[in-house]
Amino acid sequence: MTALVLPAPVYNDHVIRQATIASLFWGVVAFLVGVFIASELTFPLLNFDEHFNFGRLRPVHTSAAIFAFGGNALLASSFYVVQRTCRATLWGGKGLASFVFWGYQAFIVMAAVGYLFGITEGKEYAEPEWYAKLWLTIVWVAYLAVFLGTVIKRQEPHIYVANWFFLAFIITVAILHVVNGLSLPVSLVGAKSYSVFGGVQSAMVQWWYGHNAVGFFLTAGFLGMMYYFVPKQAERPIYSYRLSILHFWSLIFLYIWAGPHHLHYTSLPDWTQTLGMTFSIMLWMPSWGGMINGIMTLSGAWHKLRDDPVLQFMIIALAFYGMSTFEGPMMAIKAVNSLSHYTNWTIGHVHSGALGWVGFISMGALYHLVPKLWGKAGLYSTRLVSVHLWVASIGIVLYITAMWVAGIMQGLMWRTYDETGFLQYSFSEVVQAMHPYYLIRLMGGVLYLTGMLIMVYNVWKTITVAPAATPAQK
Amino acid sequence: MSTQDPHKKDIDSVTGIETTGHEWDGIKELNNPAPRWWLWVFYVSVVFSIGYWLIYPAWPTLSGHTGGNKGWTEYSQLKEDQAEQVLERAGLDTKIDTASLKDIKADPKLYEFARAAGAAAFRTNCTVCHGSGGQGGKGFPNLVDDDWIWGGTLDDIYTTIRYGVRSTSSNTRQSQMPAWGKDGLLKSDEIEAVATYVEELHLPGKKGEQSAVSAQGAKIFADNCTVCHGEKGEGMQTVGAPRLNDNIWLYGGEHATIVESIYNSRAGVMPTWEGRLSDATIKELAIFVHSLGGGVEAGAEPTTAP
Repeated sequence: MTALVLPAPVYNDHVIRQATIASLFWGVVAFLVGVFIASELTFPLLNFDEHFNFGRLRPVHTSAAIFAFGGNALLASSFYVVQRTCRATLWGGKGLASFVFWGYQAFIVMAAVGYLFGITEGKEYAEPEWYAKLWLTIVWVAYLAVFLGTVIKRQEPHIYVANWFFLAFIITVAILHVVNGLSLPVSLVGAKSYSVFGGVQSAMVQWWYGHNAVGFFLTAGFLGMMYYFVPKQAERPIYSYRLSILHFWSLIFLYIWAGPHHLHYTSLPDWTQTLGMTFSIMLWMPSWGGMINGIMTLSGAWHKLRDDPVLQFMIIALAFYGMSTFEGPMMAIKAVNSLSHYTNWTIGHVHSGALGWVGFISMGALYHLVPKLWGKAGLYSTRLVSVHLWVASIGIVLYITAMWVAGIMQGLMWRTYDETGFLQYSFSEVVQAMHPYYLIRLMGGVLYLTGMLIMVYNVWKTITVAPAATPAQK
Repeated sequence: MSTQDPHKKDIDSVTGIETTGHEWDGIKELNNPAPRWWLWVFYVSVVFSIGYWLIYPAWPTLSGHTGGNKGWTEYSQLKEDQAEQVLERAGLDTKIDTASLKDIKADPKLYEFARAAGAAAFRTNCTVCHGSGGQGGKGFPNLVDDDWIWGGTLDDIYTTIRYGVRSTSSNTRQSQMPAWGKDGLLKSDEIEAVATYVEELHLPGKKGEQSAVSAQGAKIFADNCTVCHGEKGEGMQTVGAPRLNDNIWLYGGEHATIVESIYNSRAGVMPTWEGRLSDATIKELAIFVHSLGGGVEAGAEPTTAP
């Protein structure tokens, strides 16, 4: 049947190679800064300079991890997947794709340098000031144009499920970013701006943005990645087309409502809190649909999981995805939230999603991509992939278990009263009690960073010394 | 795909399941149904949510929002919880407002309540300087021992907390040791000598008499320091002059630290809590700090001998 199909066009892989390298570079930066700020929490003396204190460096860490490491992995994989599953080269030519790549890197640098000098809107995951946000809007619209243009000029009759997810990610992030970023600069030559929203409305818009950054950037985007690279690596068909339709639309519809669960027991109206909580609970199965479809794609190929560490990366990623999308709805329940909110449990939850799901699915996809992008027969060392997998997995387990214990302990200490209603622990005692868990978390972070450095070495060796692929392998 | 006969089913050879007939870059899709358990759990979560909406405030309407069947609001919940606490406290908290420290001390129930309330207030307001156990730190007095700078009776402690030490209050406890070195009142070797004398004051039997240096120090001490710190270094609480003949040090008992204290003077500050905490809370704090172990009974003579 392939005889009748038109030959594949020459794809634009240059920008994908750039984004792959950028993803690895920013990954090392993000994890290194993460390890440093974890050390600052464990040993406060390390906050020796205002530019490098915890408050300034934390957004550098989160932005580098989510938008720089994760964002570049999404750029690389979405450009790779959309061309191959549409049998079309990127719309807008090499120039526009290059603009998206370099424009995005410029945004990252602009934002991060600002953070170090205290330039911030103070909105979590939306810290950049107006000038950087405006620039990102231009870059993002160009990204949408390249992606959508490629989908429109496709040579396949249908749009593959991975592209639904990528498109949902790009469009929704654009809307979220623009609405939450609406602000008025104090002056055209100054960095400072004020949000057009005030008070509880501002908080609501911020967490509508914040939670859907999780939903559409960190979930939908990486599910797009998963829907291509898992069946490719396993060489098996997707488990269920019907499940992918059902969970895609239910996920898209329900996620957008869940933001208020970040504002339980605040001045946000009761009815808004109720909707946020219940939509979060209804979101559980739509989220799990992606995990089921990914893991069950291995039906008939389970034996491959034994020998292929790249596939192991992807499947462990799906397991962490399933775990954190169960934990999330549970933490959105008001009774649970009253214990977990403002504690380290939240940090643990975010990292089981970030390190386990986003990190591992990206690493799996990049390990799959690198030999293909540089025309190699395979990776320099599969064994090193396995070492990376184990070192990083132990790191994640140390991290999240430490944060579970720390968070629940913190929540319980904060709410311990005697029979006449007096609090039993001082805030400083609770801070003191966190120390050993901060130390364990730091060790987990060091292991995760070590795994990343192993990956960088392996990729570098693959590009420079691994044997080239034979024409048949290509 | 265009290349495929639309009437011919494409079956996956490994599982025997039909595919949807499409293919993208070698990826096909099986036509499995969504798992039943998945659907059912989803339905249950929807039914749960609908039930929850019927009970609690949920959907916006033109004139407000649906209120749920119990009239529950976060605010009504708060009022309920507060009413419960009022019952539990059985008026003890309002009694503290009018009771004197002596009254509180005399009523065991009220005393226990004040102690618990004081402990909670201490954790919030005092631990940053005085430590979570009241153990203090360098420059911050230890509150667990019986060495008091400004007095250890209930009234003394109450006054210290209420007005502070060298604070902005007009009633603040106030005193100032001269900076003997910085202001040129004593020469360096004289400070060295008196520091040696002070360093040895608490040692039993020695009393700083065994060397020429400490003998010189004893003379300087007698001439300059006894007015506030007493002839034997027993201190004077009315002016906040610390006792020097025990081995309890606010800034440290090493020779260099004592020299530093004499040379520059110290004059630590504690804020006034009047206006920031209610009078009842200040009473409760006094009761708590007094109970930590070193509280002195009113009328009792402060001990002077080491």
